[in-house]
Amino acid sequence: MRANRVLLLLVLAGLAATPSLAFLTVAANRLVSGVSVGFAALPRGEGAAILLPAALLILASVLPRRRATHLLVVIAAAAFLLLLVRLAGVEAARLAAAAPPAVRISLGAGFWVLLLLAALALGDAIRRLELPRWAGAMVGAAVVAGFLMLLLSGALDALGIVHEYAARRDVFAAAVLRHALMVALALLPTLLIGLPLGILARRRPAVAAWLFPLLNIVQTIPSIALFGLLLAPLSALARLFPALAALGIGGIGLLPAVIALFLYALLPVVRDSADGLAGVSPAALEAGRGLGMTPRQLLWRVELPLALPVLLAGLRVATLQAIGLAAVAALIGAGGLGAIMFQGLFADALDLVLLGVVPIVLMALAVNALFDLAIAYADRVPR
Amino acid sequence: MSAWPLRYWRDPLLWTGLALVALVLLMPSTKPFFAALFPKLPRPMFDLDSFADLLIGHMLVVAASSVAATALGVGAGVFVSRRAGAEFRAVVGSIVTIGQTFPPVAVLAVAVPVVGFGFEPAFFALLLYGILPILENTIAGLASVPAPLCDAARGIGMGEASILRRVELPLAAPLIVGGIRTSVVINVGTATIASTVGARTLGLPIIIGLDGANLAYILQGGVLLGLLAIVLDLAFARLLAAVQVRRG
Amino acid sequence: MIELEHVSKRYGATTVVEDVSFTVAAGEFCVLIGSSGAGKSTTLKMINRLIPHSAGTIRVGGRDIRELEPAALRRRIGYVIQSIGLFPHWTVARNVAAVPELIGWAAARSLARAAALLEQLKLPPGEFLEKYPHQLSIGQQQRVGIARALAADPDILLMDEPFGALDPITREVLQAEIAEIQRASRKAVVFVTHDMEEALRLASRIVVMDRGRLVQVGTPLELLTAPASAFVRDFVGSDDLGIKLLGVATVAERLRSAASAPGEPIAVTASLRQALSRMVAEGVDRLGVIDGAGKLIGAIHLADLLRR
Repeated sequence: MRANRVLLLLVLAGLAATPSLAFLTVAANRLVSGVSVGFAALPRGEGAAILLPAALLILASVLPRRRATHLLVVIAAAAFLLLLVRLAGVEAARLAAAAPPAVRISLGAGFWVLLLLAALALGDAIRRLELPRWAGAMVGAAVVAGFLMLLLSGALDALGIVHEYAARRDVFAAAVLRHALMVALALLPTLLIGLPLGILARRRPAVAAWLFPLLNIVQTIPSIALFGLLLAPLSALARLFPALAALGIGGIGLLPAVIALFLYALLPVVRDSADGLAGVSPAALEAGRGLGMTPRQLLWRVELPLALPVLLAGLRVATLQAIGLAAVAALIGAGGLGAIMFQGLFADALDLVLLGVVPIVLMALAVNALFDLAIAYADRVPR
Repeated sequence: MSAWPLRYWRDPLLWTGLALVALVLLMPSTKPFFAALFPKLPRPMFDLDSFADLLIGHMLVVAASSVAATALGVGAGVFVSRRAGAEFRAVVGSIVTIGQTFPPVAVLAVAVPVVGFGFEPAFFALLLYGILPILENTIAGLASVPAPLCDAARGIGMGEASILRRVELPLAAPLIVGGIRTSVVINVGTATIASTVGARTLGLPIIIGLDGANLAYILQGGVLLGLLAIVLDLAFARLLAAVQVRRG
Repeated sequence: MIELEHVSKRYGATTVVEDVSFTVAAGEFCVLIGSSGAGKSTTLKMINRLIPHSAGTIRVGGRDIRELEPAALRRRIGYVIQSIGLFPHWTVARNVAAVPELIGWAAARSLARAAALLEQLKLPPGEFLEKYPHQLSIGQQQRVGIARALAADPDILLMDEPFGALDPITREVLQAEIAEIQRASRKAVVFVTHDMEEALRLASRIVVMDRGRLVQVGTPLELLTAPASAFVRDFVGSDDLGIKLLGVATVAERLRSAASAPGEPIAVTASLRQALSRMVAEGVDRLGVIDGAGKLIGAIHLADLLRR
């Protein structure tokens, strides 16, 4: 029986990365570049614990593909992930204790690469076990919970990214909420307007003929340009009606961002609504009409339920896109995690950049996983 | 000139292309127009860099990353569509999806400390973001080739490499080109943001304009960007038509 | 029950159905037959207003269908189509209960009705009520389709080439079953097909159409013995006319008394064609005839088959 070649590749990549990439970087202060700390310097004492799951993963990569092997990989990879993060925290604390307080210890490329490889190995093993989707999601959630516990226990406090967080707790919380709010505020009208537009485009080809080219043009406009283009009319509006400015409606800020996000989200939702409805079995539609369903009954009882998986796929694309674009909106003063990210970018502080980026990525991954579950549930009966 | 049939002169691609080039070269001379439109602005014309250089810089980074993304995307797509690579499909999909959840700005921001400012981070960000549509469409395109066709080709003695080159890829071409088109269009937009990390693109006037509330700059950059996007879209529509094979 | 008077359908300059008039009474099994493009499906769909008619009057249950709300009209008419069209996301139970649900029946009553109909269509309810369409064979799906059409107990059943997608064996079985259901319930059935054999087997009256026009209306026997035109004669098929004639007559019509008869008897409801087939296969010139209870009631002789 052949071995798991995916795991083998991941393990080999990991073995190649370990000696050549930095685990941590230590900088004397925020402004200067760091010195790499490789894996060779570790692990001692508690750090040695990570060698066990590492060895198990290496072993599993040459074992034949059996359920037992996959299960082993799941456990070993999950343990490896958690121990890796813990090791980073512990080592950082050790280095920080021996250095002046201004020192900045950041997670190095090696850390991120090993994190990614281990996560991919975990995902691969879960897939091979052919667990139901919710079970796989639970494993992922358990690992994330483990990370959170490590974070909350203070084990990671010596890391630069945690320092940056500690220095601006409130700002961070506000930024996360802002970011989520931007996305939610844009998606609600997208759904309420985009879905009916999709239905309309399907029913009337004349509408589809101008609607889709228009939405395509919007998509090709780079986000920055659209933000910029919205500035002028909104500023003019604020000048004409000062009351609006008092409400916060002006050229910069939340409103142009939400409008732009809404406009971008329209295309995937409208297009996938139309496509989803087009994919509904014509025989079922004819039968429904013939049995005496009114057009509205047909829409709600037959068409929408059958089109739901494709609809959700469109909504997923729109949401992920919005999460990413909301980061750019920081450039026009909309706030959100992008603001933290740009601040770090312009101050050349990687840890600050990561403080903005990591939550965005986690948000996107969580949304992706939720939609995956929702789509799988909606699609449980073959059409 | 008389040798060219009339229809060439009616070609929208030709006209928008010419308009783009003309506008890029002649933009500085429209200064009075912008001055009149925005009397309150002290500097109504962007002059920190020549529009021609910005356009070339923009097209360069998009072209370079698109070529690389195509090579990687099509290569990976072909690999995971083969029997030998099938088990890698899920993990390749995961990697690209994770890359997709990173907003392009984030990739830019993270790439800068690693590769510095300018062209390089922009290239990597566009590359990462541009692979997914190409990969997805390559997989879908190859999957859409009817299996009986490949069986027949095998039956007449064609080797696997031949089948790929002469049967599968031509039939998958429309979808693959469609994916490249999507990727390029997205990248034109993302390259705009790359100006925040020092890349020379048409995004520069827009970003500086946003920073200083200079609507004239924003319009100048925006119009050129719009024309570029239209030109590329038309060019791809042409390419797509050329690779459409009648599937009978 | 259904009356069509000078009904036409035009799409722009093209007329697909022209001046068609016929009636279908309660208890009749009316088959619309013709070659492709004859307008039979269009005519059928005009009855339940899936296609609005351009001219003429259509009355259902005595009322002009233009006065009725389309959806309400259709709920009172059963509709079965060739492509079956079960709702993939609903169980068999919910599919069958579709119309009862629309008209507001209580859930328990719908479920009971669904179970009874499945039973009638030879699908054990315990096994099939909770299945999904994709788990059924095509034949089973169409049985559910028929059950769904009958759920609200409509007086009229419209069937558009319902057995066209089935294999010959299933087709024959379902033909027999629908004939039985119609006989027992006395519903008015309008059945579209292009298969002459099917028409002869099922119909009490046949409406022959050609290129949008009505060519002949009559019983199967009338069509066989008195075709109105060369088209009808050729469409019905003149080659094995005799065999077809035997197919539309039953043993009951040629029964003669007999105290006893050798060999396996034949049912009194069987067609003369089946009797001929048996005699040829078994090499006999007479068969005993039994009634529904299995009691010998007479005999049929080969010579009787030739009598007019």
